[in-house]
Amino acid sequence: MTTSGSEAESAPRPSPSLRTEALEQLLTERGLVDPSVMDKFIANYETNVGPLNGAKVVAKAWTDPEYRQRLLKEGTSAIEELGFAGPQGEHIVVVENTPTVHNVTVCTLCSCYPWPVLGLPPSWYKDPAYRARVVREPRTVLSEMGLDLADDVEIIVRDSSSEVRWLVLPERPAGTEDLTEEELIPLITRDALVGVAKVQGPA
Amino acid sequence: MVGVDGIADLGGEDGWGPVSRPTPDEPVFAESWEGRAFALTLLTMGRVSGRNLDAFRHALERLDRPAYFDDGYYGRWLNAAELMLTDSAILAPGAVDARARRLRGDDVTEPEIPEAAKPDYAPTAAGSLRTVEEAPAFAVGDVVRAKDISPAGHTKLPRYVRGHTGIVEIIQPAHLLPDTHAHFLGENPQHVYSVRFDSHELWGADAETFGLTIELFESYLEPAP
Repeated sequence: MTTSGSEAESAPRPSPSLRTEALEQLLTERGLVDPSVMDKFIANYETNVGPLNGAKVVAKAWTDPEYRQRLLKEGTSAIEELGFAGPQGEHIVVVENTPTVHNVTVCTLCSCYPWPVLGLPPSWYKDPAYRARVVREPRTVLSEMGLDLADDVEIIVRDSSSEVRWLVLPERPAGTEDLTEEELIPLITRDALVGVAKVQGPA
Repeated sequence: MVGVDGIADLGGEDGWGPVSRPTPDEPVFAESWEGRAFALTLLTMGRVSGRNLDAFRHALERLDRPAYFDDGYYGRWLNAAELMLTDSAILAPGAVDARARRLRGDDVTEPEIPEAAKPDYAPTAAGSLRTVEEAPAFAVGDVVRAKDISPAGHTKLPRYVRGHTGIVEIIQPAHLLPDTHAHFLGENPQHVYSVRFDSHELWGADAETFGLTIELFESYLEPAP
């Protein structure tokens, strides 16, 4: 924070937890925010808007070739067909991972992330180490995260610097040919939709 | 004005150590105050002080190092929300700290509520996508160079692509320009391009081999020399 005065510079600030409570009080007592509106925002992102949405999109794309085509061509509207839209989802571009091409997404300037399909970003995505390094040494970074790609796989890093949001359509794993759309959904993880993991087949 | 060259422009920086390994069932908010800070920040940038997401991002860039890094992600949001609220004189500087100290039992005097000086501003439409009448200056496949400039104030042109040459891969929907919008100086919508760079162009001959795309606004680009 920009602070002034010797006291502010010498004394440690109260904890973020305490300052959050203070800010909520200051704005609430002047009628500028309504705690019940805050509760709804929090509950929505804790329960409704999360990577399960993205998993549903991918499972449909794996089982419905026409949907898959629409998704890769016009991601935002294809995703909205399933009811997923909202903040940080104005324009979503879906890119496909294949045995030879691997996309991975990042936001180096902040932590932009496609909220309607993935929810709020996980801690590793917001971590300065990921933001700084995945645009410089993605193969090394992916390996540190547990994904070792063969040398002949082409890596494409997608740095989201505008309101365009990227979603990875991962490869459908071998051994899932007989699974239904509903059965595929639980296999599809958030990390695969960002491109730092692959979807694993059923154990 | 403080440029983006500062604290938030992390692409390619050294010194951060290993990345963290994902854990499957990480909670959305690790502690309950993080959810409160998230909601307070959304309301601050969306209703109380601004209706301007880019102004919030610029507030993040103006934080000092401890405020940006040491309080964690939602602490950073909280600090930027506080900066937006003091910028617009909805809160006095020091008001949050004073109240927080009172909450823990310190005997401190809270500053007077100042006279608010909110920017006189309304967006022309929801969100950031806009229409631009002029045709895009560049076409898919064009070879372009990211200008080697260091703009004052907010920008979405990170250091690591400046001066480098790439190829237009996708023409994205036109979009208001964060460089002016963040300062409440108008939307100035522009065409936006996903430009693809080769890793060796960005990082030199010894770099890992990979491609990288980034969205760049038309005014950030020039034809490759």
